[in-house]
Amino acid sequence: MATAEYPLEQSRATKEWSLPAVLHDWVITVDHKRLGIMYIVASLVFFVVAGLMAAVMRAQLAFPNNTLVPPEVFNRLFTMHGTSMVFLVGMPFLAGLANYLVPLMIGARDMAFPRLNAFGFWIFLFGGLLLYFSYIAGEGLAGHGSAPDVGWFAYSPLTERAFSRGSSTDYWTLSILTAGIGSIASAINVIATVFSMRAKGMTFWRMPLFVWLLFVVSGMILIVLPPLSAAQIMLLLDRYLGAHFFDTQAGGSAVLWQHFFWIFGHPEVYVLILPGFACASEIIPVFSRKPMFGRAAMIGATVSIGFLSLGVWAHHMFAVGMAAASNMFFAASTMMVGVPTGIKIFNWLGTMYGGKIRFDTPMLWCIGFLFQFLIAGLTGVMLAVAPFDWQLTDSYFVVAHFHYVLLGGLLFTYFGAIYYWFPKATGRMLSETLGKWHFWLLVIGFHMTFDTLHFPGLLGMPRRIYTYPAGRGWDTLNLIATIGVVFQAAAILCFTWNVINSLRKRKDAGDDPWDAWTLEWATSSPPPEYNFVTLPEIRSSRPLWDLKHPEDPDWKYE
Amino acid sequence: MSLRFATLGFSAAFARLAFAQTGGAAGNMFDPVSTPAQSVMDLSVLVLAICGVIFLIVAGLLTYVIIRFRRRDSKDDREPAQVYGSNQIEIAWTVIPLLIVVVLTMATARVIAALQNRPEPADAVQVTVVGHQWWWEFRYPALGITTANELHVPISTATEPKLTFMKLLSADVAHSFWIPKLAGKTDVIPGRTNTMWIEPKQTGTYLGNCAEYCGTQHANMLIRVTVHTQEDFNRWAAQQKAEAAADPQVQAGREVFLSLSCVNCHAISGTSSKGTFGPDLSHLMSRDTLGSGMIPNGIPNLRNWIRDPQAIKPGNLMPNMQLNDKELDQVVNYLASLK
Repeated sequence: MATAEYPLEQSRATKEWSLPAVLHDWVITVDHKRLGIMYIVASLVFFVVAGLMAAVMRAQLAFPNNTLVPPEVFNRLFTMHGTSMVFLVGMPFLAGLANYLVPLMIGARDMAFPRLNAFGFWIFLFGGLLLYFSYIAGEGLAGHGSAPDVGWFAYSPLTERAFSRGSSTDYWTLSILTAGIGSIASAINVIATVFSMRAKGMTFWRMPLFVWLLFVVSGMILIVLPPLSAAQIMLLLDRYLGAHFFDTQAGGSAVLWQHFFWIFGHPEVYVLILPGFACASEIIPVFSRKPMFGRAAMIGATVSIGFLSLGVWAHHMFAVGMAAASNMFFAASTMMVGVPTGIKIFNWLGTMYGGKIRFDTPMLWCIGFLFQFLIAGLTGVMLAVAPFDWQLTDSYFVVAHFHYVLLGGLLFTYFGAIYYWFPKATGRMLSETLGKWHFWLLVIGFHMTFDTLHFPGLLGMPRRIYTYPAGRGWDTLNLIATIGVVFQAAAILCFTWNVINSLRKRKDAGDDPWDAWTLEWATSSPPPEYNFVTLPEIRSSRPLWDLKHPEDPDWKYE
Repeated sequence: MSLRFATLGFSAAFARLAFAQTGGAAGNMFDPVSTPAQSVMDLSVLVLAICGVIFLIVAGLLTYVIIRFRRRDSKDDREPAQVYGSNQIEIAWTVIPLLIVVVLTMATARVIAALQNRPEPADAVQVTVVGHQWWWEFRYPALGITTANELHVPISTATEPKLTFMKLLSADVAHSFWIPKLAGKTDVIPGRTNTMWIEPKQTGTYLGNCAEYCGTQHANMLIRVTVHTQEDFNRWAAQQKAEAAADPQVQAGREVFLSLSCVNCHAISGTSSKGTFGPDLSHLMSRDTLGSGMIPNGIPNLRNWIRDPQAIKPGNLMPNMQLNDKELDQVVNYLASLK
């Protein structure tokens, strides 16, 4: 076939460049790589928006009794920040990674359902824009032109018509329902792709850990998103059709909403963090120059995290007055999740042990992740101890804990992933110097902000307060936390500049800049539309290692 | 390396905090003055110690591996020995964490049972706490007292143990009742009756907050708890139980108050004012603060509050009553007489 002889990149280059043509190309595309990039770019845009919101909140909290923003604005900020970071940053980023990498890693030419894939992206984007449209059209607790202000977990009955009279809560509900359809579409697609699109020789057991983890995550999404969507529909029924699921004034149950929300919400935390683990499990072996230590244990630990995480949701509800036996059960189950998570940390450690560790930027991010996720895990154990949680829950300690998970853990691995796979996706290396600035500035800023924020929580500072009185021991800590934001912002500027700068230079990456072992590195950078002209023989989980080291191939040992 | 210092600093600061003299920190959970907060802290210290040891071991190993196994020569492209795993090691680092989980679970279960299943003694002080959008109502059903935002309880001593048992109700949305030095938090949920108890062992005033986001003024739904000696508590209770003052000198203000819609929301004992949406004002001037702990109570602040409550606590449910200066003075004088 004629097309197979010329990578599409070349045929594109011969076309005359025009903006409408390029836009048209991207809008109608069903190519998994372009959709993956669009997911990630959209996610990064929402990340910057939601990050700026966080900066405004930190500025407001820098001093006691500060009046930079009024209460209703602050309440919208934390609602939009949380909702955006979970549904419009974390979820699309993982969908983007899965889209871009899963077909390449299993030697496929595309996802199983390319059109469903495009549909998933556009419906997610529509959901995100709908949420932000509320800033123009919504009406909330405090009048017109207002975004949702009920918190990202939107506890009933605050969301009922009696207390949330306008339309802003409806924007929240509808946009999450809509974006959720995109997530479900993309999860179905990943599962179908893994089942049906693997190249010859790519058995389940030989799939890269990244693919395994995203496969488990996709299964989890299919299980946990429907309860959330159901709860959103019940809430809409309450608000518009006179149902009383959560309407406590008519005998509904406020706690019912909490159960629905957290049976989604806690597994969701693992849905968000497992892709981070997936990236670390690709990057750490390559930069330690060793295969993943205990591959089977990693897969087993991932599957058991997936199952266990379905039975821990009520640890968000230790203070709602559950029976002692329920509290004990959920404390025990939550601590149990710590075991497979610990196994993972030990296996990464085992991978590095005896290796020849290269400290290129992707690896730096993963090392930062290992230390920070260790702390996040340990504060998680503290929160699992129900009586300790009665003091810590809904305080700044929890805020610090989950930012440790999502920023110190997830964001660090995602930056590692960007530095690692950017050359593959664009054909250009990111600057190592700027990358190191980016890394160290974020390390400093992150620790200034989030180490510090544990302490006001221990001193009684609840979360989601727009201001606080002086003299309760919170003032200095909050100021330090706010100063940390300056470093974090500088880090993000370094990153932005690094990306822009790299995109303007010539393609210098080559096919395999990191001397890596999975199939995505066996094609050109960026890969052609059909991904591979020919595939190397797949006889182990590291086909490129086998290719580069015929004297000592993996398949002898697997 | 700074990473490691930062994380070490973190755990060191944890330890410092756990044993610090608190000074101004009126809400430090590591400086408990009541039995539930004390049991929680004892358990927390155990958990912190275990987590601290785990942290030191794992972070130490990580640091060692990173330093020891770094590539020393950037031109060295030989691959290290390819090791795929070890079943013995995997079993070891599965079983050891499992044992730790068992220990932590048992310690946790003991404290949960001790705190949640504590039977209510017959002589306990009973308080019904009602969360409202952005203030707290405290009722003492046995004593016939209703007050707001400032909880008064007697001390519990070795010779005279005196527990306070609270029934938590909500008039509107979900709130959470939290005074860190007395006990962990318990949510206050509409359509549900929760309970909690405290056993304060030191007199003084302790601060707390609503800990569940409940709308615009969640931040200013503050709690003050004053622990008295038994005699002082009895005196306070007797004073609160008395009917509100009816000073003839402020008759004009009383008439203005009773003629306006103030009565729809506020109650003053012995008058026709019987509203329950807002705080009971029968003994308003016995309270230290206004606006649920926002500003100190006193005539200038009271006047400013009544003139425009929205300027002080934006979004709160008390409207600006549009009183003219004369009416304002009269009403303030009347309220100031409610000792």
